[in-house]
Amino acid sequence: MIKQISLFLENKKGRLAHVCRAMGEEGINIRALSIADTTDFGVLRLIVDDPQKAEAQLKARGFSVTITDVVGIKVADRPGGLAEALDFLDDADVSVEYMYAFLGKCGDQAMVILRLNDTAKGLTVLTNSGIEIMEEAEAYNF
Amino acid sequence: MIWNEHAECMPKEDLEALQLRRLQELVIRVYHNVPFYRNKLQAIGYEPGDITSLKDIEKLPFTTKQDLRDNYPFDMFAVPMSEVVRVHASSGTTGKPTVVGYSRRDLDIWAEVTARCLYMANTDRKAMIQIAYGYGLFTGGLGLHYGAEKVGASVIPMSGGNTEKQLMLMEDFGTTTLACTPSYALHLIESLEKSGRDRSNFKLKYGIFGAEPWSERMRKQIEDRWGIKAYDIYGLSEIMGPGVACDCDVRNGLHINEDHFYAETINPDTGASLPIGEKGELVFTTLTKEAFPLIRYRTRDITTLHDEPCACGRTTVRMEKITGRSDDMIIVRGVNVFPTQVESVLLEFGETAPHYQLIVEREGTMDKLTIEVEMSPALFSDTVTELSHLERRIYHRIDSVLGISADIRLVEPFSIPRSEGKSKRVIDKRSL
Repeated sequence: MIKQISLFLENKKGRLAHVCRAMGEEGINIRALSIADTTDFGVLRLIVDDPQKAEAQLKARGFSVTITDVVGIKVADRPGGLAEALDFLDDADVSVEYMYAFLGKCGDQAMVILRLNDTAKGLTVLTNSGIEIMEEAEAYNF
Repeated sequence: MIWNEHAECMPKEDLEALQLRRLQELVIRVYHNVPFYRNKLQAIGYEPGDITSLKDIEKLPFTTKQDLRDNYPFDMFAVPMSEVVRVHASSGTTGKPTVVGYSRRDLDIWAEVTARCLYMANTDRKAMIQIAYGYGLFTGGLGLHYGAEKVGASVIPMSGGNTEKQLMLMEDFGTTTLACTPSYALHLIESLEKSGRDRSNFKLKYGIFGAEPWSERMRKQIEDRWGIKAYDIYGLSEIMGPGVACDCDVRNGLHINEDHFYAETINPDTGASLPIGEKGELVFTTLTKEAFPLIRYRTRDITTLHDEPCACGRTTVRMEKITGRSDDMIIVRGVNVFPTQVESVLLEFGETAPHYQLIVEREGTMDKLTIEVEMSPALFSDTVTELSHLERRIYHRIDSVLGISADIRLVEPFSIPRSEGKSKRVIDKRSL
């Protein structure tokens, strides 16, 4: 299971840079990220090469941090490739709370991070449907 | 205009003799009828009859808001419930209100002291007074109401809110005196200007404003924009409600109706009595109240008392406009807000209360309360939907417990400044 770092950020100048700088100083590499925001605040989600260290370092700097289990999948990098994978989850009544993509690609595959309401069930569904699941190591250090 | 020349212009010696007699009677009454006071008086070895001069009041124990909370709802009452003809309540710090009671005679005296205030504000039988204080548990509406009826004014019991209708009635009925909070008075004139109504169709001449702190600057603003004279009326429900004091045309402080409410100032830290003219916490003793008498009640309001004669002819002691509080309470849109109330609401959302801060601003003419809540592990969720939902839940709990709508803002941990480990709970940015 891929461990994702989530942290609370106010929508204020310089906050995002502060987090990224902290990661840089600790030698932590950011692999993928997404931000969900409202007018006042946002939640920054990160896949990094060392989640435990990132969590500890961010907490030490006073951030609200949690680690969440997410699923990484590899889908065919062509129109409709992602839709097929999501259909399997839909059919099994597993819902996607949020998702975002890895930058770059791997051969003819695109990599997507999914947060599911039922991670275990989702994993089974996806595996049985022939969707390729990313290994943890692959996500952290692609 | 003076409503009760006998009481308001009494020579100082006569007034003091009257106060002493009433104080002696009061102490005997509470000693016999209120277990709380009997215990307190016995604890200091005091017995009724020991009071031989007004100065002796300084030996009596204080009563605090906490005492009222501890005796919720009726244990401080000094008469049987059959003698109580009305109760009012104000918001308290724990979600439980502070309850006050009135006998029939208390209500008569309340109308009497409010009538005196209305006369100070040039409001008599010829006046058409629109009362835009809330009617209900809050003392503002009904308090002014009976005073206004007593002076024989025509009363429009409009209550608070509904700005459009307030303006319509003011214009159509020819309201001459407006009674409301000063911020609402400003809100009304702003709305009037926006609505395209013509001010010259309004007959408003006087305003009697209170229930929240306001400055001379704000008074000038109200007077200039409305083109009226504005008077400051002071009161608190624990003591009576509006009518405890009001300023006259001389504007040299608010005349305290001290034949009913004995005023002192004390050092808020040591409790030591201060001589007249020295700034301190205002303390009241209700000399004549039957149902809910209080001895040396600490108002937490900071002011200075003056007793030189006033050019208006009244001899009663005057208090300066309230300049601050000796605790963290703030008054927002007429509602008492204690930081501890906010804390107890936030406790419902986790095992420990997060750091928080109350920020009061004046937006246009209305007070705006923002509560900043620091994100904590107990509150954090990694979806914004959950966090927005959390904001809404806090908003609704604050609204139902404190009776006030506040903007809730989630902020990053450690973003609220801390001093000596304790964060400053209230930032009041209103330039009063």
